[in-house]
Parts: sequence; C-alpha cells; structure tokens
Amino acid sequence: MTANNSKSPIYLDYQATTPTDPRVIDAMLPFFNEKFGNPHSRSHAYGWRAEEAVEIARAQIASLIGANPKEVIFTSGATESNNLAIKGVAHFYKDKKNHIITCVTEHKCVLDSCRHLEQEGFEVTYLPVQENGLIDLEKLKAAITDQTAIVSIMAANNEIGVIQPVKEIGAICREKGVYFHTDAAQAVGKIPLDVNDMNIDLMSISGHKVYGPMGIGALYVRRKPRVRLVALINGGGQERGMRSGTLPTPLCVGIGMACALAEKEMGAEAERLRMLRDRFYKGIMDRLPEVYLNGDLDKRLPGNLNLSFAYVEGEGLMMGIKDLAVSSGSACTSASLEPSYVLRALGVEEELAHTSLRIGLGRFTTEEEVDIAVDKIASEVERLRQMSPLWEMAQEGIDLKSIEWANH
Amino acid sequence: MKPAIYLDHNATSPVRPEAADAVAAALMLTGNPSSAHGFGRQVRKLMEDAREKVAALAEASAGGVIFTSGGTEANDLALNGAGRRRVLVSAVEHPAVLDARADAEIIPVDGNGVVDLQALDDMLAASEEPALVSIMAANNETGVIQPVAIAADIAHARGALFHTDAVQAAGKIPIGLKTFGADMLTLTAHKMGGPMGVGALVHADGVSVGPRVLGGGQERRRRAGTENVSGIAGFGAVVETALQNRHSNDMAILRDGLEVRVKQAAPEAVIIGENADRLPNTSCIALPGVSSQTQVMTLDLVGFAVSSGSACSSGKVSPSHVLKAMALSDDLASSFIRISLGWTNTQEDLELFVEAWNGLRVETAANGISVAPAA
Repeated sequence: MTANNSKSPIYLDYQATTPTDPRVIDAMLPFFNEKFGNPHSRSHAYGWRAEEAVEIARAQIASLIGANPKEVIFTSGATESNNLAIKGVAHFYKDKKNHIITCVTEHKCVLDSCRHLEQEGFEVTYLPVQENGLIDLEKLKAAITDQTAIVSIMAANNEIGVIQPVKEIGAICREKGVYFHTDAAQAVGKIPLDVNDMNIDLMSISGHKVYGPMGIGALYVRRKPRVRLVALINGGGQERGMRSGTLPTPLCVGIGMACALAEKEMGAEAERLRMLRDRFYKGIMDRLPEVYLNGDLDKRLPGNLNLSFAYVEGEGLMMGIKDLAVSSGSACTSASLEPSYVLRALGVEEELAHTSLRIGLGRFTTEEEVDIAVDKIASEVERLRQMSPLWEMAQEGIDLKSIEWANH
Repeated sequence: MKPAIYLDHNATSPVRPEAADAVAAALMLTGNPSSAHGFGRQVRKLMEDAREKVAALAEASAGGVIFTSGGTEANDLALNGAGRRRVLVSAVEHPAVLDARADAEIIPVDGNGVVDLQALDDMLAASEEPALVSIMAANNETGVIQPVAIAADIAHARGALFHTDAVQAAGKIPIGLKTFGADMLTLTAHKMGGPMGVGALVHADGVSVGPRVLGGGQERRRRAGTENVSGIAGFGAVVETALQNRHSNDMAILRDGLEVRVKQAAPEAVIIGENADRLPNTSCIALPGVSSQTQVMTLDLVGFAVSSGSACSSGKVSPSHVLKAMALSDDLASSFIRISLGWTNTQEDLELFVEAWNGLRVETAANGISVAPAA
C-alpha cells in the first residue's frame, strides 16, 4: 500500500491523510543518521546544524503562506495548533474579552476547544452554515461584539471540502478589531493562502495533510500587530515560550520540504486534480440518478467530493467497495455510526447522510484509478438498488415520504 | 574534517539503525490510524505493536500507554491531567516538570542532588488536599538516581499520586511502574536512540488521566490529534533494543574508565554527584577555575561535542538550577561540563576526550589562569 501503487486497493482518502512524498522522506532521512542533533544544543556543531535545518524549514512554511519565519512556531500537529490558538488567545485576553465565534462545521478539535472554554465561562457563538456549507458573512458581522476576542473559521472543510470566504472574513475581523484564526489543515498547499492579503492572525497547519510526516504541524502567529497567547505546554521555553519541547529536527525538515514542494507545484497540481475530480463527478452522475453532492461545487478543494447515494444502505455500500479506501465521515469518528455532524449542519437528511462517501483525490491519484473507482461505486450502487424495495417503489413513482409505516 | 565525537547523548542520542529503518518503513506507508479501511488498519497495527513494546518496558498494560509528542508534553499531561490541584516536585526536575505547574511546591535535595525524603513526608503531612508528587527517576545533568520507589511509598501513604519523569533513565537502568511503584511515568524516544517528536505518558490501570489537547478521540480520548505513526514505529523499535540490553553494564564500564582517567590527569577535578547512585552513562565533571563555556567551546573546536547543562531553550548562560539546588559552590557550578555517553561511543572516544580535555586544562594553566585547587 505505497503511495505509487495504482493497483487495488485504491487510496481515495486524501483528506484523512496524505502519503508522505518520497522527496520529503529523502530530505528527512539524513537527519536520522549523520545529520542528527538537538537543535537547542548550543555548545557544538551537531546542535547548530540541526538548528539551521529547522530554521530553513520554518522559512519554507512561512514562504508558502506569505509570512515572516519568526511568525511560525512548530507544534505536534494541527490539533495542537488549533487548541493552542483558540485556548491560548482566549486565556491571554480573558480579563478584557470573553466571547469567541466559530462555526458548526469546524473540525472536532476546534469545537472541543470552544466547548472547554464555555465550561470555563467564555461565551461561544456557533455560526450556522448555509446549504452549500459556507457561512453567511452578514451573520458573522452581526455576531461580533466588543467582547469578541477571536473568530475561528476553517479555510477548507475536512469532510465536504468547501472553502470559506477567508479573505472576506479576515477583512471583517480586521475592521472590527478582532483576531482571526483559521484552521487551514486541509487548505495549506492545496489553494493559495496569504496571511497578509487575507488578514489572518493565526493559522493552523498540518504536516501529514500536505504530503509531509505525521506528528508535526505549525501555528502561524502574527507579529504585527502582535497576537499574544498563553502556552499550552510549558518547560524549556522553546519556540519563544509559546511551545516547549525539543523540536523534532527530521519532522521539521519534512514539513518544510512538503511546503516547499507545495509552493512550487500547487498551481499545476490543483488544475490536474480539478480535472480528475470533475471526471469522477461526471462519471458518477452520468451513470446514476439520485446522487447528491454535499457542499458547494465551485468553492471547494480541487481534490474533494462528498456524495450521498439515495436508496442504498451506507454500511452495505462501504462493504461493497472494500477495494476503495474512502471515508464515510471524518477519520477521527468514522468508526462510529453517528451521521456526520457536518452533513447534518447542511440540512442533509439522516438517510442521505448515512449513505455519503467522502472521496479525496491527491498527488498520486491517476486517471485510471478514477475510472476504476467510478465503475466500482456505480456498479455497487446499481446492485444495491436492484435489491432495494424502496428503490423499486421510488421507480414506480410512489412518494416514500407519504407512506405511513406500520410498527412491527 | 572528521565529525566530532558525540558525547552529549542526554541532549539527544543519534537514532539507532533499527529505529531509523522502522521510521523509514512507516513513512512509506499511507493511512491514518483512525481510518476504518485497510490502509488505516495497517498503520494502526504498526502503532499498536509499538504500544505493546512500550508497555512492556514501562511495566504497564498497553491500554495505559498514551503516545505524545515527547517528554515535555507527557510531563504536562501528568501534572495537569491527573486531576490533582496540589502538586509537589523536586528542585532538580527538568524544566518540563518545574514549569508545568506554576503553583508546584518544591521538594529540596541534599548535596548529592538526592531528594530529601523527610521533607517530602513533612510537606505532604502539612495539608489534607490530595496531592500529586513528581520526582524524576534520574537527573539529566548529573545522572543522579532518585530513590523513587521509597518516595512513591511515602506519597501513597499520604494519599498522593506518584509520577516519575523517566526520560533520562529509560534504557539505562531498570524502570517501570512496578519497579518504582509509580502511578505514572514519562518516556521519550529520542533520548534512547529513537526518533524525536514522540514520547509517552504511561499510567497504571485505574489511574485516570484527562486530555489536555482536545479534539478527535485518539489515544482513548486522553490525547487528541493524529498520532505520529512513523515516530511511534521508531519508538517501538528502540524500546525493543532497550528491553534486550536491559542487563548490560557496558556503559558503566566506559564511564567509570573515563572518570578514573580524568582524576589521574587532573587531581583537582570534581565529579559531581560521585557519591550518589548515578546513571551509568553520565559524568558531570567540574574543573575549578575554568568556566564551563571555555571548556565546551574549546572542546567543540578540537572535535568533541559535550554540554554544560540541559539543551532546551539554552543560549541563556545562567547557572544550572540543578547544581544550585545541590548548594554547590559558585566555583564548581560555573566550571562543570556534562559528558553523556551512548550507543555510538567507544573506549577510544573517551581516551581521546581525556587527552583533549587535559590539553585544554594544561593550556589554560600555562596562560596564567590557576587550575590548581586553592591551598
């Protein structure tokens, strides 16, 4: 199951994690061997060399998002970055402000951080989303008060791939004098992001969603005007006191290289993925009626589709396409059978939410794989519908919602 | 120029080949361990195999192992996640423990850096509030081993939980929840020859540790965030090596030989913590009259990587809080270097080191700076 294996099973779960790019691995490996060192050791060349590598990586990340390297701190991943940004800012400014604004379709780690702050006495506004998954900017404007410390709205959603109007949100927040944090774990390296152009004050970045390794992430923290935060992890004082712990040199090098590759290749790659994604979507829609796309088609990550197949049973569908690695919800909770809260927030009916597939295409996805996957999914849906009395009734023109089912 | 001889394994140890291989192999795999499909299950298995090994080293059940980003995060989780408002830590702890709780009460140490057990008991007796006691298994600067098993008994007798930071001890001396009678124990891979960016907080069954990083349900809801799978695979590999080498005393032989040579060459040298139980790989040597800075810089120039304390945020040149807590004279506290050995070192490395170190000592004396002990 390596990145370049185009045979079955086919990996179509690039929003859960991306394979580590072989060029990233090549960049990392020397730092496990002859170039090892603790980047905080100041008394010998091993430490200096490790520190230099870490600083190059920091600059590579900064360059991708238009930041100054001094504004980038390393973390263990986007989950920690989101915790640090939201709880850190809320705690630092708690004597002056006690209100946070986020959105109902955020990643669980953002929502859980907000719920934790609610228990501490903060007020949190959870903005709803429209049917296409995007927030209503007027509702955002209306929600901001003089007590609002921070607005946290993700750049792109992990399940439905929709891209929020980050630049407009940034402009509103700047005008109102409120900090703007964006969880860009899914967006960095996939779509252009510029912290200054978009007035972003804090941005969470993940290594393993951008073809880098797991176990490393970053948080962009604006210096002008300066954003202050209370650290989550103390002891040692690394990362200018915002995040203690020995920096893992090879992982830093890995995320840095991943960002450098993304910066160079993102434009052409996005184009290629958009074509593959459209081919996938068209392939399914041409063969199957009663399939619904969840989330906006245009304001969407180039490699993402989220489709609901009416008149099939979700579990059965997943079992029938075992050769395809797709997800039926976000990876963190996909083992549970609860319908996705993201889809429910869009107003997707429970039956349709249960039969949704998240299809994530990425750097190593080929046209051949797309065609195989389309055929497998379409054939399986057709097979399941053949066996479904509901499908038969629907074909006969019976409105299923009008039927009163007897208890038995 | 040939690479310097590395004698700073307590800062970080070069990755052992078997760990590097495990990391590289894991990096080639695709999959999120929380994904239900085959790709996800494959990496999850890798992670769970490593968890079993870490559990074996720490004398815990696999369910008691929480993977973290390293020792600092694990210590933070122990001190803030176990639900105890009152926390007592020793004066010689790593900053990750000392800074984890601003309100921690400090247990004093004696002249060897060994925690004062009577003081611990008195402090615990002074309040009814259920406490958490955190005492490191062995010190990173001096290698001094703490009487953690006795301290754990004292803590338990007073209704306290007991945590030990075993980051420096793991792989060097026998450790484990049972060996120490501890409730929680911190490990990090990169001090054992594993990769950086991965560690664990291990807890006994029945001890409840709540999350600090919130989000997905990873690590049984005790630590959110996609796990560092490649790092965990490397951690597992190096732990397996540590389990196999458990009874080796090669390191002690090397270190003792070093200290004999140092004392032969320089009768005025002081081995800090010499009279206490120490890790077999660590030697903290003071050369009165020659500053730590001068020693480490000169040694770096002639090809030896040593340090003058813990790495961390360094840059700052302040006296070691460990040596201060031991009430050492300023002269000793400002003239020590730490030599920490590891799997890469040979007898020859140490012979060359003593030669170079003695050369610097003689040269400093020739330049008119007294290195002889005051009469």
